[in-house]
Amino acid sequence: MINRRILLSAAAFGLLATLGACSGGDKTSDDSKTIELTNVSYDPTRELYKAINDAFAQKWKAENGQTVTFQMSHGGSGKQSRAIIDGLEADVATLALAYDIDAIADKGKLLPANWQASLPDNSAPYTSTIVFLVRKGNPKHITDWGDLAKPGVSVITPNPKTSGGARWNFLAAWAYGRKAGGSDAAAEQFVSKLYGNVPVLDSGARGSTTTFVERGIGDVLLAWENEAFLAEQELGKGKFEIVVPSISVLAEPSVAVVSENAKKHGTEKVADAYLRFLYTPEAQTVIARNFYRPRDPQVAAQFKDQFPTINLVTIDKDFGGWKKAQATYFDDGGVFDRIYTKK
Amino acid sequence: MSRAAAVTESRLARALLIGGAMAFLGFFLLLPLLAVFSEGLKQGWSAFAAAIVEHDALAAIRLTLIIAVISVPLNVVFGIAASWAIAKFNFKGKSLLITLIDLPFSVSPVVSGLIFVLLFGAHGLLGPWLQAHDLKIIFAVPGIVLATVFITFPFVARELIPLMMEQGKDDEEAAVSLGANGWQTFWHVTLPNIRWGLLYGVLLCNARAMGEFGAVSVVSGHIRGMTNTMPLHVEILYNEYDFVGAFAVASLLAVLALVTLVAKSVLEWRFDYHHGGAGH
Repeated sequence: MINRRILLSAAAFGLLATLGACSGGDKTSDDSKTIELTNVSYDPTRELYKAINDAFAQKWKAENGQTVTFQMSHGGSGKQSRAIIDGLEADVATLALAYDIDAIADKGKLLPANWQASLPDNSAPYTSTIVFLVRKGNPKHITDWGDLAKPGVSVITPNPKTSGGARWNFLAAWAYGRKAGGSDAAAEQFVSKLYGNVPVLDSGARGSTTTFVERGIGDVLLAWENEAFLAEQELGKGKFEIVVPSISVLAEPSVAVVSENAKKHGTEKVADAYLRFLYTPEAQTVIARNFYRPRDPQVAAQFKDQFPTINLVTIDKDFGGWKKAQATYFDDGGVFDRIYTKK
Repeated sequence: MSRAAAVTESRLARALLIGGAMAFLGFFLLLPLLAVFSEGLKQGWSAFAAAIVEHDALAAIRLTLIIAVISVPLNVVFGIAASWAIAKFNFKGKSLLITLIDLPFSVSPVVSGLIFVLLFGAHGLLGPWLQAHDLKIIFAVPGIVLATVFITFPFVARELIPLMMEQGKDDEEAAVSLGANGWQTFWHVTLPNIRWGLLYGVLLCNARAMGEFGAVSVVSGHIRGMTNTMPLHVEILYNEYDFVGAFAVASLLAVLALVTLVAKSVLEWRFDYHHGGAGH
């Protein structure tokens, strides 16, 4: 009886001691030798930023003698934007489309509304586009968008409500429908047929790739070009093929310093340098190696053979900018809700 | 003859039922568990070990343990207090309290997480005040602890309430009439009476605290190395096509759960042993 009581109080004391130790060791030291940068990004950029972060940390250390450590968070672009608005303290936001950063400026008031002007090329250091990934030998003979709306073809794409890539997918499909049918009404009919062939909507691009590649669901994956290359060359060598459609969309994933958070953390300078680093030939080469289309003309020329030439529509010219596109197609009660519930 | 036939039949039926149940359990519980371990060990022990001692994985393991260490004691204190009050006293609002304790069981974990975003998020009820005082709750460790405490609220209390009600308050009344004060009664009479039930509740609570995914996912922010718990880390590794890593960390979680289960069985055996099978 006695030793049992001793045991109990020892256990209670142990718990309390650990508790105290934990709450004490939580804060990071704040000397100027190290600095911490939180990058909240979209889904498929994990490999890219792993490489970029290492290169930048080396450069910053050499130039300023300061060690930068990175905190990375990845998820569907819309979801990540929501988290930053709700208080996830990102120093930089590197998301799939400008609208998701607009939302942080609009609803969160965490950066100026004209953030896009603060870096070159509309604050998009690289571009990408949407292509198809099909299974080896292309058993369903998919050559262009028109084939995706045929009965018996199963299409994998993420949810446009939460994923940036999915919104680019949707608009690329719309652009085809409009060109083929000659009107927005025809486009809506085409797109709603296409989404009738979608068995599952994952919340981010990476989830969709896993659904297609690992779980073996679906005949065709609408994917970021970089994600398609990654799947084709590194995940299932020889198991997949890329199909380049006749028309697609020029995707401009945007980056921005979340200035209010950076001000609070004292990271403005390093955050700005980090994003500007993305435009240097060194980073642009890393970007191209990760299958994103570089902006730098020299690097682009060097990797010319890697990227097929596609007729690309742009969000500003063909859809009147992201604000309008978001309101028309993706907000509650928009076109996507109409066609997806109709199904 | 008819009796013998009846026995044979019931034996057959019994064999079928037992066999069916075992096959069902094997198929739905054992097989997936084995699959997790075999996937994790696909490339041998060294790859398995490398995935676990990796920096972010260690951070996730540490965070998961910290969360369990904070939320389990909180729930123990609350659980004992609540079940003590409910079992030994009559007061207004008692049934309301019981309903409230059950609330986390009936609310979806995702909603539980969102409650905290609504309360403590930058645009939540307390958000502006927290920001003004530079306090971080959501997307930081405190938010994850809060969500876990909320989710695991009922485990200890639910375990103790029936036990304490069954035991009644005779022992305590006897102690008080012999001159014991409140603390003495609690330490020497109540606690020894409920100790096995309490430990059982703690184990259940601990298992859930370490394994919770939904609510924690909503409030975590998924910053690797900082706010990723083990279940979240498993998801991240899986999404990065690091299947060996994902299943290695998943196996570690499963091992923790198995240890808990074994401890539970041992406790149950002791509990029955001490109470001659009476207990719960």
